[in-house]
Amino acid sequence: MSDGRALLEVEGLRRVFDVSKPWLNRVIEGHRQQFLHAVDDVSFAIPAGRTFALVGESGSGKSTIARIIVGLIAPSAGTIRFDGADIARIKNPSEMRQIRRRFQMIFQDPYASLNPRMRVADIIAEPIRAFGLLGDTAAVQHRVGELLALVRLDPRDGLKYPHEFSGGQRQRVAIARALAGNPQFLVCDEPTSALDVSVQAQILNLMRDLQEQFGLTYLFISHNLAVVRHMASEVGVLYLGRLVEVATTHELFSAPRHPYTRMLLDAVPDLAMTGRVRTPVQGEIPSPIDRPQGCHFHPRCDVAKDRCRTEAPAARSIGAATVRCHTPLGA
Amino acid sequence: MTETSAAPAPVRTRPSLRERIAAAWDSDIAYSFRHSPVTIVAAVIVLLLLFGAIFGPWIAPQNPFDPGSLNLMEGKTAPLTPNMFTGKTFLLGTDDQGRDVFSTILYGSRVSLFVGFAAVAFSMVLGVTLGLIAGYRGGWLDSVIMRTADIQLTFESLLVALMIFGFTRTLIPPGSQNELAVPVLILAIGLAEWPQYARTVRGVTMVERNKEYVQAARVIGLHPAIIMMRHVLPNVLGPVLVIATLGLALAIIAEATLSFLGVGVPPTQPSLGTLIRVGQEYIVSGEWWILLFPAVTLLALALAVNLLGDWLRDVLNPKLR
Repeated sequence: MSDGRALLEVEGLRRVFDVSKPWLNRVIEGHRQQFLHAVDDVSFAIPAGRTFALVGESGSGKSTIARIIVGLIAPSAGTIRFDGADIARIKNPSEMRQIRRRFQMIFQDPYASLNPRMRVADIIAEPIRAFGLLGDTAAVQHRVGELLALVRLDPRDGLKYPHEFSGGQRQRVAIARALAGNPQFLVCDEPTSALDVSVQAQILNLMRDLQEQFGLTYLFISHNLAVVRHMASEVGVLYLGRLVEVATTHELFSAPRHPYTRMLLDAVPDLAMTGRVRTPVQGEIPSPIDRPQGCHFHPRCDVAKDRCRTEAPAARSIGAATVRCHTPLGA
Repeated sequence: MTETSAAPAPVRTRPSLRERIAAAWDSDIAYSFRHSPVTIVAAVIVLLLLFGAIFGPWIAPQNPFDPGSLNLMEGKTAPLTPNMFTGKTFLLGTDDQGRDVFSTILYGSRVSLFVGFAAVAFSMVLGVTLGLIAGYRGGWLDSVIMRTADIQLTFESLLVALMIFGFTRTLIPPGSQNELAVPVLILAIGLAEWPQYARTVRGVTMVERNKEYVQAARVIGLHPAIIMMRHVLPNVLGPVLVIATLGLALAIIAEATLSFLGVGVPPTQPSLGTLIRVGQEYIVSGEWWILLFPAVTLLALALAVNLLGDWLRDVLNPKLR
């Protein structure tokens, strides 16, 4: 399934939001311009057929990266290459449509991601019609029935409206819509965080089955480490818009290199009841508007040195992992 | 991917008419309607007046604006009193020209309702379109549209309508002023009311555009115009419906006011407002029916439409349920 070739490559991605007050208020009240650094120099590559997970706390920039990749937000800097083609350089609309068809997105909140005034069949048919994949109505209807069966819903459910479904069923509808254009790459922005725990596993297993069946590549965004461990082949840990550690799932969970990764892992509840003492997460993520100097993590880090307070660490490789830390663990 | 599952296509059995009527009868809105006597009375009044306006020419005992059917001898006949010359009785009496007041009301409410509906439709289309664009696009376009609306809202809308009416009339050659009076009136009242729609729609659009279903449509690469029409518009129509209903009462009253002031419809096709203007000249000489019946009709129409609008606002407001 995976041939090692990167389907999606992100390099030096950066996004700065101007959150200043209006010009007139700044002049009168004497405020300076304020910028929110949501994504700061993020690079990663996802091989075809694999799942790359981005984890991090709220405000770490996970969702911004997802939205930049699918084109909802323009990046401030950096390049995104999909199957070797730089997305930002595609000017031809028909070529852009071809690229868009090949990557789709699954959203976090299945209660908001389906238009409440449209029938489910029309919601799923929309990408098919938009990309002009099938001409006649009968073929579109047949395909919609197929997609509903694929996500294990009854094809007759297509006549219903979204409010007639449960959260898990709605997320299945959203997955069916995402698959309607036969994509290769799916951006999944916390696809199960709005669902009941009992339903989460069903949706995750469905996504894994679909990945196997169609050789899909996932960018999987989550704050739930147990989910990430279940889904991902590689994990990137985000902290205040910077990717502090990238490693294979096995490597990351068995030997975390960055103090932040270790802190996150230590805080996970111990369901196996091994008697391990949990260390709660220390402190809170600072504001992305007013970020700490040097390494962003130093105010919460227990191994921080003077150098960490002044100098931002560059990415370096330790074993198979890439870490941004002056004092990595196990080095 | 297509050969993976041979699932049956969704059976497109749209619900039958009887099922749909049953579903509508059971819906929240129908329930609330059935349990609100005031709303039922208001709806009956509006329907009666609509019926009278639409089928007026077939119901009316005479065509009051066909000089051939008028008899000056029958002028100023009191309601339900036989005329002293011809012996004919008129349900609501006659005016000075011998026009049957009941017939003039039927013909007059026709003009009033037509102008009202057309003005509401015009301002709704204009306001909803501009509101959608302002809310969805944002940025400088939003500023331009909404500041224009704000500036216009600082003036009394009737004054704006008067200004637009006066300005437009100067552009029309005197010969065709009477024929174009009704379209100009619709334009004036419609232009005066669009900011209401634009403001509401912009607000709701700004909420909806950040919802994930709109983002999903953007990821598919749909054109912004299609997203606005297919996704945002159906979700902002609830509040628009409420403003449109309340706006209908306003537009009817605005038309009546303009006609009362003598700047509205021409005397050849009088509206309720014109009838009231004509009628008030006779109130001091004792012919009260010429004024009273058109005025009561206008009052009943405006009040009933307003009550319907109020009810609709409460029903569509999830916070009040």
